[in-house]
Amino acid sequence: MTISHFSGVLLFSLFTSVVFGITQRAEPKMMAWFGALCFALFVCGTIAASWAMWLIKH
Amino acid sequence: MTTKDQAPAVASSKTLGGDAVGSGVAPWMALAAGWLVPGAGHLLLGKWVRAGLLAASIVGMFAIGVALQGKVYSPNTGDPLDMLGFAGDLGAGALYGLARLLGWGQTPVLVAVADYGTKFIVVAGLLNIVAAVDAHSLASGRKRS
Repeated sequence: MTISHFSGVLLFSLFTSVVFGITQRAEPKMMAWFGALCFALFVCGTIAASWAMWLIKH
Repeated sequence: MTTKDQAPAVASSKTLGGDAVGSGVAPWMALAAGWLVPGAGHLLLGKWVRAGLLAASIVGMFAIGVALQGKVYSPNTGDPLDMLGFAGDLGAGALYGLARLLGWGQTPVLVAVADYGTKFIVVAGLLNIVAAVDAHSLASGRKRS
């Protein structure tokens, strides 16, 4: 099996966010919000870090 | 005097030291079950949806890591980084045992995607520990719901 780097980021973010959402909040609604926030932060953080590395290189 | 209606409240506010509280499941049992089988701690507590989501996430992450030909760490290699990786892998409980038993993740990591696989396997183990501790907190009453 092989996946692209971006697919890897999405899968990692999805699984991790589900566990963080369930374990770090007590109410179902807050779990969903926190999970979505974690997912967005993981993906956006990775994209931001990727651009930062590209800028450092160039 | 304790009425019929008061009794459950008294029972659920009992303190605990490892005894079953509210749910009737001993906290250590929720912790051990959650560690051994992803989601089993929450399943014991009757939280089916959470158990299913946790199991799907952790098993899915571990399976993808193995499918990407990630490395499954062994104990006693002498390398501190390997020992940390082993500690993370061990968090997956029975999944780690299964992987060792079937010889998964024993091929050398040569490509970047396989290195991602190694990280997926370690993080699946760490997430399983987080989930098992959450089950313990629910069983002991430290976490509300």
